[in-house]
Amino acid sequence: MARLEPANVEIAHEIISRYPRPKSALIPLLHLAQEQDGWVSDEAMVHIAELVGCTPAEVIGTCSFYEMFKREPVGRYLVNVCTNIACQLLGAEDLLHHAERTLGVRAGTTTPDGLFTVEDVECIAACTEAPCLTVNYRYFYKVGPSDFDAIIADLRAGRRPTRCAAEPGEDGEIPAHGTLHRVRQSIPGDRRAGNADPDTAGEPAWLGAGGAS
Amino acid sequence: MSDIETPVTVRITVDGQPVDARPGELVIDAAERAGVYIPRFCYHPRMKPVGMCRMCLVEIDAGRGAALQPSCMIPVSPDMTVVTDSERTRKAQEGVLEFLLINHPLDCPVCDKGGECPLQDQTVAYGPGESRFVEEKRHYEKPIPISGLVQLDRERCILCDRCTRFAKDVAGDPLIHFQGRGSSTEVNTFPDEPFSSYFSGNTVQICPVGALTASSYRFRARPWDLEETSSTCRTCSVGCSVTVQSSRNEVLRQNGVDNDAVNWGWLCDRGRFDMESGRSDVRLTDPLVGGTTARWSDALGAAVAAIRATIEAHGPSSVALLGGARLTNEAAYAWARLAKGVIGTDDVDCQLGDGLPADLVLGLPRATIADACTPKGTIVLVGPDVKEELPVLYLRLRHAVVEDGATLVELGHGRTGLSRYAARTSYAHPGGDLVERARLVAKDLDESGPITVVFGRTSLAEDPAVLAEVAAIFLAKGARFLPALRRGNVFGALDAGLAPGLLPGRRLLDDAGPATAVWGSTPAAIGRDATAILTAAAAGEVKVLLLVGADPVADGPDRALAETALERATVIAVDTFLTESGTRADVVLPAAGPSEVDGTVTNLEGRVQRVNRKVTPPGTARPDWMIAVELADRLGVEFPQDPDALLAELGAVADGYADVASALDRNPDGVLVTGACPLPATPTARRAPAPSGSTLRLVLTDSLYDAATQTAQSPSLAPLAPGTVARLNPADASALRVEAGTVVSLASARGAVDLPVVVDDGVPAGAVAVAANQPDCQVNRLLDATWPVTDVRLEVRR
Ligand code: SF4
Ligand code: SF4
Ligand code: FES
Repeated sequence: MARLEPANVEIAHEIISRYPRPKSALIPLLHLAQEQDGWVSDEAMVHIAELVGCTPAEVIGTCSFYEMFKREPVGRYLVNVCTNIACQLLGAEDLLHHAERTLGVRAGTTTPDGLFTVEDVECIAACTEAPCLTVNYRYFYKVGPSDFDAIIADLRAGRRPTRCAAEPGEDGEIPAHGTLHRVRQSIPGDRRAGNADPDTAGEPAWLGAGGAS
Repeated sequence: MSDIETPVTVRITVDGQPVDARPGELVIDAAERAGVYIPRFCYHPRMKPVGMCRMCLVEIDAGRGAALQPSCMIPVSPDMTVVTDSERTRKAQEGVLEFLLINHPLDCPVCDKGGECPLQDQTVAYGPGESRFVEEKRHYEKPIPISGLVQLDRERCILCDRCTRFAKDVAGDPLIHFQGRGSSTEVNTFPDEPFSSYFSGNTVQICPVGALTASSYRFRARPWDLEETSSTCRTCSVGCSVTVQSSRNEVLRQNGVDNDAVNWGWLCDRGRFDMESGRSDVRLTDPLVGGTTARWSDALGAAVAAIRATIEAHGPSSVALLGGARLTNEAAYAWARLAKGVIGTDDVDCQLGDGLPADLVLGLPRATIADACTPKGTIVLVGPDVKEELPVLYLRLRHAVVEDGATLVELGHGRTGLSRYAARTSYAHPGGDLVERARLVAKDLDESGPITVVFGRTSLAEDPAVLAEVAAIFLAKGARFLPALRRGNVFGALDAGLAPGLLPGRRLLDDAGPATAVWGSTPAAIGRDATAILTAAAAGEVKVLLLVGADPVADGPDRALAETALERATVIAVDTFLTESGTRADVVLPAAGPSEVDGTVTNLEGRVQRVNRKVTPPGTARPDWMIAVELADRLGVEFPQDPDALLAELGAVADGYADVASALDRNPDGVLVTGACPLPATPTARRAPAPSGSTLRLVLTDSLYDAATQTAQSPSLAPLAPGTVARLNPADASALRVEAGTVVSLASARGAVDLPVVVDDGVPAGAVAVAANQPDCQVNRLLDATWPVTDVRLEVRR
């Protein structure tokens, strides 16, 4: 799709300035690109390479290592159904088949309206609540076929799914795929590491200036 | 590595034998020096170890009990015990190989590497013999081109990280990278961004399996059908050590050989692949007289008749010789003696107006590559883009800066391949303040370490006299000089005396030494250089022009001058191909090419190395030395009759070459010829006219891939020539209202060419940078070789 938009380029520069070596910003920048487009396009990787001064091959090397960076478009909602052992024993495969049948897609693909991508995933660390799934990495516990239908119906209708785990401070909202957080981390200029070769540069300002108050 | 001098002071035990190792030496190297070879895939002595493959696991006990450890990652320590043949080691090796083969396709029968494959060989030597893996292996499309020169078969890759480390750490072109994770990890490029490194062929050579193969060699031979000989690359003056491999009288492959003084095993792609031109079917195979095929005796007769008649009627300086930088030292010497000792002319020049004054090159204190690369030393680059012209020197200089703490300072007319490693760059407007800038740069130089000036033409469109002034500034700082002239054996040709005012052995005419006695006579007066020779020929004063591997029309800076000169003079051309100049010649003599002659060459350091014949020349083509010997014979002088005898005679007249042959037998990596001629007085460069507001000043550069015959006649390389563009500073582009891609006409007082614009902030304002000698454009129509600078007017083509 696209290179980073001007507002995101601003953010990118801020992110890069947090690190002694610009290339260290690769992963946050890939998240930024995924937040913008819902996935990481080749154009975005080329743009990131320009921003941190490396080659696109080095960007794709990092990007492709991580399953959660999607290098092809995915739906607005990425539904990850766990089929690892604990969930499997409690009906996860039936749940996956149900998901495939009701959404009319095979695991790994996206509904034609671009709303849902279903994936079959390994353990997502909620075995006590099996069978479980995540939507854009937000958890749903002890999910049966009818629970699944309710979640999908809510998302289609633009409602907050009722069965979303209400972690403290969560309101059940599920933003589009790629959005990591609603409050963006921002580090004031005087507390950023700043780009400087750590082998030759002196102590960063924030270390000396009693920054660890 | 380059720490050969380090004393061996660490005593360790390898398989029960005491071994003295160097401090910091890796176990794998110490064992190998002691004759114990530990198998390996990822370790390469010229790259940092990464411990990727685990094939080198051996039992190492450094005092805390024996444990399997990768010997490529562990430096020796006192009293260390290493066991490479224990049961545990064998089991580890078997295990590693079984794992490596899990995803390996075992398509050896259709793999280029089969027969010389470390994976195949080590599986036989150390492998389990049988695999327990019955599952489906991974499959990929086979093979995919990752550049015009290199193909990648991902199934075969064992993920050793050699190619990717080479690309990033050695070449500085990280265009290939590991992608994916786990068992689906692969090496690849970014989509549609090819591995377009000038050094890509090295990855093919160091890949320990058949994952990377060279398009030019794929399926052409089996290793056991190849014959090989060691030799030296003659494509540029770095002089990389190579092994030339052939089958059925065709050179099929050229690989790098590790010469610690020169190339560390690397080659550039031009030098590696331009051997393809040797088997071109448009090579010259028979002499031509007046454009039609002739017998050698007739062609030589015609040449001698023309030379003799001209000498009789107009004196010896009516005959001139251009070229010789392509020849071996022996041939260069034979031609030098023919011109200066037999014909009696000093109008001889192996450079075509694109080089430096010979006495300046041979008079400055010379540095070696190792001198230039001294850790923590200072390198001053005043000259061409080393990456484009002397690529493996670029690798060495880059390494010195990136790994060994050398400081690079660059002076010139715009950004080069090395600029990104420079601590300081200073770009002058052509014809402007280069000398001033040199003074400023020299003032701040760190004089605690050695200073080496890599010294050559900063622009082919500027009078080189200005460079003599620059040299004097750094000379006063105690600098040594590594001359950056690119033509293959130009330094051998200079040492043989193929330049005006020069005799073999870096001697000036007025100090002829033994040459007078051996030759009978030497020229009395200093002759003309290439530009003056061509001017004299155009004026009808030089009547016979010998072109020995020279193409002044296409490959010289002043096309119009060369055309007129060749039209008026009788031209005798000796070459491997019919060049643009050759088509204008009266007599054409076909010459043997590289890998078709025996002899020696001398690189930019003054290092003499051997070149060896591997194949026979096509048709009736003869070695250049033989042609000179036969012409001399017909002119009544008997020359030594073979390369060895010619080298011996060169040694008799040129001090530095006295014992070269026997020294080469003792030291196949080369023999340094030292000594300098008296440095000429620094000329004052003609001041260039002040730039006018309406013109741009031309900077003429070179690219690695150009229209030079060997490159253009190599099918793999010819498509890589980038073509000609006009590179403009963004400020000029906006002032002139042109943007990238706009086709403009550049017009000088001499001629005009049409070119597309590229906007490039590496070009100084007020200048326009254009690459010389590209196949699509005759840029040398713009130049007059006598101008101090070249100003061009830019107009947009509508
Ligand atoms: S392609 Fe060859 S050199 Fe590169 S990682 Fe694979 S096996 Fe190693
Ligand atoms: S750097 Fe020069 S000598 Fe070395 S391989 Fe390339 S062309 Fe040949
Ligand atoms: S050679 Fe030591 S780990 Fe590969």
